[in-house]
Amino acid sequence: MKHPARLAWQALLLLALLVLGGLLVTTTAGHLQERGIRSGFDFLLEPAGFALGESLLPFDSGDSTLRAFAAGLLNTLRVALPGALLAVVVGVVVGFGRLGDNPLVRALAGVFVNGVRNVPLLLHLLAWYFILTDLLPAADAALRLAPGVFLSKSGLALPWWGEAGWELPEPAGFGIDGGARLTPEYLALLIGLSTYSAAYIAETLRGAVQALPPGQRLSALALGMTPRQAFVLVLLPQAWRAALPPVTSQLLNLFKNASLAVAIGYPDLVSVAGTSLNQTGRAIECLLIVIGVYLLLSLLAAALSHRLERRSLRGMAP
Amino acid sequence: MTRFRPGRLAGALAFTTLLATPSAFAGKTLDAIKAKGQLTCGVSTGVIGFSAADSQGQWKGLDVDLCKALAAAVLGNPDKVRWVPLSSQQRFTAIQSGEVDVLSRNTTWSLTRDAALGLHFAGVSYYDGQGFLVPKKLKVTSAKQLKNAEVCVQSGTTTEKNLADYARAQGIKLKPVVFDKFEASLKAFFSGRCQAYTTDASALAFIRSKEAPAPDDYLVLPELISKEPLGPAVRRGDDEWFAIVKWTLNALIEAEELGITQARVDSLKSSPDPAVQRFLGVGEDLGKSLGLDREWAARAIKAVGNYGEIFNRNLGADSPLKLPRGLNAQWNKGGLMYAQPLR
Repeated sequence: MKHPARLAWQALLLLALLVLGGLLVTTTAGHLQERGIRSGFDFLLEPAGFALGESLLPFDSGDSTLRAFAAGLLNTLRVALPGALLAVVVGVVVGFGRLGDNPLVRALAGVFVNGVRNVPLLLHLLAWYFILTDLLPAADAALRLAPGVFLSKSGLALPWWGEAGWELPEPAGFGIDGGARLTPEYLALLIGLSTYSAAYIAETLRGAVQALPPGQRLSALALGMTPRQAFVLVLLPQAWRAALPPVTSQLLNLFKNASLAVAIGYPDLVSVAGTSLNQTGRAIECLLIVIGVYLLLSLLAAALSHRLERRSLRGMAP
Repeated sequence: MTRFRPGRLAGALAFTTLLATPSAFAGKTLDAIKAKGQLTCGVSTGVIGFSAADSQGQWKGLDVDLCKALAAAVLGNPDKVRWVPLSSQQRFTAIQSGEVDVLSRNTTWSLTRDAALGLHFAGVSYYDGQGFLVPKKLKVTSAKQLKNAEVCVQSGTTTEKNLADYARAQGIKLKPVVFDKFEASLKAFFSGRCQAYTTDASALAFIRSKEAPAPDDYLVLPELISKEPLGPAVRRGDDEWFAIVKWTLNALIEAEELGITQARVDSLKSSPDPAVQRFLGVGEDLGKSLGLDREWAARAIKAVGNYGEIFNRNLGADSPLKLPRGLNAQWNKGGLMYAQPLR
């Protein structure tokens, strides 16, 4: 024990925090009861009573609210994971474009970054969504791109493995039936989120490359490497290390920004929580679930990226 | 390292404890309103006919007039109201926590809300029901034909649940596309994203006539798939205030039945009818049992008129919505509006 006094203070602080937390919980619970407000998480096992427009998890209004939350979370991940991949790919391409020698490519990449980055994300999403729904043909006059592939205001219908085996979407009733469907809500959210994050990632990469000492590039060129080889073999591996933490935090942002989905009608976790909140009146409980899920997944992702960073630093001079 | 200062910790602790400990019981709602000289009324963020701010920023609507009547009855001035626009997600927390004195915000009275949310509904100010709006070109004439349709809907209402219930009961599949903003849900519907739009029938009439690019291209389907009794709600635990809200609503409805209008309040004071005399406070003093003075009901009518006048001005013949009285007519005219007697 080097600093017994310091330890004692820390223990006291921890105790005080615990007491405060406990007080907060009991007081809130007491107030809720006093006002005749039902509280608790029992509502999660009751039938949800509402339907979801799209869900990877088969979901019906008779299923439990817990399942609705799970379906909402899956919907969030369904847009966030491909969105993250797309953002990195587009970000890297645009970032290279801004560093390249071709003035036209450089200008285009610059326009992309500045145009996308300086408009609020919510406006991006609404713009993409209303462009998609306005431009596409009506559901009963869908565009047939290939056998079993239809594009309309109801979204992109694709052949997919369904209940009755391999299904080809067919025009039926009000639109297209069968197969898998990428709705305009999903597409707008995916495009909006990934382009928005890609602009930031591109800037991060550009900054990381430009921060390297100019001698690195010059020595690589002096060794007889082509500019491309110098970039890929010498500059990029070094820049990547510096860029990794900000890129990770950008991807975490993308995950959290997916909660804007409800503005354009995509049933993500927050949308499901909002509906459940209104059906059951359990405001605190529903928000706690959403906060808990976001916190848990973000911490997990942060831990993962931390490991990645440490691995990429291995072998570097201290 | 900065030296740890026990004094600071103690101060912070004392402060947070202060925040976390239960507050003393807040005085009666009526006393608090009188002390503030202002009624705090929770309204919607904009539903034409019920509560919406006009181009001059003045709140108008049936729900708004109810709060004005309350302010007139309690404070003697219909303008002493602070309006708090609430989203459908915020509304229950706002009334539970005491942020508003009364929630007058086209809110459906249902068992769960009455029993589990810590509030009391004071009555029904409008009988509504949920319906569908469809483009005529789909050639749909009944909601039963909406099999596999995608339905645009605004979140945070009983609407989503009714839609799911209806689909199950009819054995058809309906896919909701849920938006949190009214404007976005309408924009999506009118751009053709959904085959149908669903909400309360009163709002559908407005949407068709005012928001549709061409009203004649759209049709409100005949089916009403739910009962939506809308009414004001108050927080539990203050029966006196609950009674005041309940009886002010009753007074508005009763006044129509008795033929007491905004214009005739004063002249009717000499009426020989004992019911009218009681209402206007000329005979017995009904206000005393509510903790108010004898002219409370007369002031409410003088401020906003009786229920029929409020209806016509905001929703009926004299409004852009032109809704028929329907279920909201007086009980002796084929409707459901039946005031408990003021005596």
